[in-house]
Amino acid sequence: MIPELGQFALILALLLSAVQCVLPILGAHLGNRALIAVARPAVAGQAVFVGLAFAILTFAFVTQDFSVAYVAQNSNSVLPWYYRFTAVWGAHEGSMLLWVLVLNLWTVAVAAFSRRLPDDFIARVLGVLGFISFGFLLFMVLTSNPFLRELPMPADGNDLNPVLQDPGMIVHPPMLYMGFVGFSVAFAFAIAALLGGNLDVAWVRWARPWTNVAWSFLTLGIALGSWWAYYELGWGGWWFWDPVENSSFMPWLVGTALIHSQAVTEKRGSFRAWTLLLAIFAFSLSLLGTFLVRSGVLTSVHSFAADPKRGLFILSFLAIVIGGSLLLYALRAPKVAGGEPFAAASRETLLLVNNLMFTVAAAMVLLGTLFPMIGDAFDLGRISVGPPYFGFMFVLLMLPVVLLLPFGPFVKWRSGDFKAAFRHLRPALYVLPFALLLAAWLRGGDLSAWGRAYWGVAASLWVGLGIVLYALHRWRTLPRGRRYTPEMLGMICAHFGVALFLAGVLVVEATSVEKDVRLAPNQSVTIGTLAFRFDGVKEAQGPNFRAQQGTVSVLEGDRVVATLQPQKRVYARNQQPQTESAIDPGLFRDIYVALGEPVGDDGAWAVRVYVKPFVRWIWLGALFMMFGGLLAAADRRFRRLPEGAPAPADANTTTATGVAGATA
Amino acid sequence: MNARLLPLAGFLLVLALLGFGIWWSGTHDLREVPSPLIGKPAPTFSLPLLDDPSKSLGSKELAGKPYLLNVFASWCVACRDEHPILMREGKRLGIRLVGFNYKDPADDARRWLAQYGDPYDDIVADLPGDVAIDFGVTGAPETFLVDADGIVRYKYISPITPQVIATELLPRIAKLQQGAK
Repeated sequence: MIPELGQFALILALLLSAVQCVLPILGAHLGNRALIAVARPAVAGQAVFVGLAFAILTFAFVTQDFSVAYVAQNSNSVLPWYYRFTAVWGAHEGSMLLWVLVLNLWTVAVAAFSRRLPDDFIARVLGVLGFISFGFLLFMVLTSNPFLRELPMPADGNDLNPVLQDPGMIVHPPMLYMGFVGFSVAFAFAIAALLGGNLDVAWVRWARPWTNVAWSFLTLGIALGSWWAYYELGWGGWWFWDPVENSSFMPWLVGTALIHSQAVTEKRGSFRAWTLLLAIFAFSLSLLGTFLVRSGVLTSVHSFAADPKRGLFILSFLAIVIGGSLLLYALRAPKVAGGEPFAAASRETLLLVNNLMFTVAAAMVLLGTLFPMIGDAFDLGRISVGPPYFGFMFVLLMLPVVLLLPFGPFVKWRSGDFKAAFRHLRPALYVLPFALLLAAWLRGGDLSAWGRAYWGVAASLWVGLGIVLYALHRWRTLPRGRRYTPEMLGMICAHFGVALFLAGVLVVEATSVEKDVRLAPNQSVTIGTLAFRFDGVKEAQGPNFRAQQGTVSVLEGDRVVATLQPQKRVYARNQQPQTESAIDPGLFRDIYVALGEPVGDDGAWAVRVYVKPFVRWIWLGALFMMFGGLLAAADRRFRRLPEGAPAPADANTTTATGVAGATA
Repeated sequence: MNARLLPLAGFLLVLALLGFGIWWSGTHDLREVPSPLIGKPAPTFSLPLLDDPSKSLGSKELAGKPYLLNVFASWCVACRDEHPILMREGKRLGIRLVGFNYKDPADDARRWLAQYGDPYDDIVADLPGDVAIDFGVTGAPETFLVDADGIVRYKYISPITPQVIATELLPRIAKLQQGAK
């Protein structure tokens, strides 16, 4: 009975989302206050029912109601209680429900924190969000109902995919979705602005903190995914360029461009049309990512079940949402072009380079991801391009970004001076030769492959010192109180994160030591000053798996640095073996041990030991970027009322069609 | 032409491609792409062994007995799904299982095998991917069944499942071995 209530809740939410979409937009168009006023109650109602549906599905998992097909497929009676919660989003139907839930959370936040915005504008924003929600709810009700019954009820369920039985999986998808779906707010603002033709700079100011927060969540989500892949998937890689990763990375790249172009538009009025377009792109790529992962067109070769009905639905939805937005853009955007002119040497130019590189990088990733299909379409066979393509192209495209990043803050808006900026940055160049020494030291004096480590340290120092120099510059030249606004601190923090990230990536790529050895009990292998002693393998019993657990003692001289217990697990239900590596994490190096296969009869195993210097810096850098984004979003400047009427660039921009808007 | 229509035009291209993708995956069984090679002789090749690049293995050495050629790579996520099945059922096949390491640095491949196990009788390494082109390899994992005369009998794209082994591979292998007697 209870699961049917969940189904009803979904259908009611669907109806309310239709109301939330149609009436407020119509009201804003006609200037009818009553219709506009429907928006917020509809948002609240929809959120209540979506929340209810989600709670009911969670309840079904916790109480192990295996008569619900989705529950039976993705959990079983020995699944530990905490994974019963996360199993809710362990497969397709539930993750769609999570998607809609997150969208509703964002929509409620927009409805709650937008009291000072013109009513007709916010009515359109909520209407657009309502339409997106409508699409996804309809998708669930028609093709992906998580509440379907399976009768007769199976005695026990299948199991949650063992790969997903991990703490990292508890937080990774919700964070990722917070980011994905968060871009819908910037998107809705852009569409509302296009619909209303009311494109003064104010909408960008309102949209900025939302974009920043969404981007921060997405950054965290991707970093968590990469961290999870590092310790769970296997052999110490942290990024694989597979279609699922790419589909979260593309919105991130465009989102990064969007954050920067929004800054230009808000402060200088330039790039207006471009900012609109990026807002549309960022969310479109989020939707496209959902499509690619869910429809099976790409991953079908990779063990996902393809369902053409689902694929067709999402494709139609994409066509309507993205096609409609871009058509609207084509029709309306010319009116709002304009902005202040800027010289070739200016911060605008630098940010334009940033935008260009990030957008092209996103297009590059999209092309690579779609390549197998392009191969099919032109009858060339299904060709996959692997990491070699992505890695090379991405480094190439990011090179100018890394080179120019430190200049950004030093070069003034409108008309700046590269030479002066370079003078400020010169101390960073003086430090670079020391980078060589540092890199050589990191290699333990081994200069055979010093190139990449050197460039890594150099690039990282260039960006990091550049940002520190800028922070010092502000300290010296500005009065107290104006030195570090939250927005400025956020920028400094995020860019410093870039430096940490670069150090992590390039140092770990250049200086990791990886050894695969056959070890009998009490044999050891050494890497640098560390000795790894294999103490043998024992049986261990988990809640729903059996494991063979090895013990490896890591010694430095006579001191035990760490005792690591990697496992080979076999889950009871589906007999799928799963490697659990054991890691001794550290700020400057990770020690990573994993079990291979048993070899020989003397209790010997193939054991893999890695020493990965600075690998944590990859995720530390991402955390800094995330905090930077949040910090900037916290700036109160974005929440102030626009001073008087925002200066229009030309007469067209203030033709407000709404009535209520005039009172703002 | 209005430049502001360009994004829409670009999107329509992508949309057409995605629509094609759905149509294509609906009308084709992605797992069983008809290969022009089926029923024809497998390409002649000779590749270095993964474990000992100074030695090589090729169509000449393999001729005379049927063998199963399994394309894999350490960078291939789907191969990880397939691997335990090969580990478990590889011996049941009753024919030589040749690993075809595709565009993969040897160190990565060895590390990968050390972790997940090595089900193969022999492994050849095709780092540049030239032989893979002759075979019409479109990605990893892919599996080719070649008979004693060097004729490709069957090709399967995507991870092998126990079901495929039972319903597709074993009957064909049984037939090949009967024919040989």
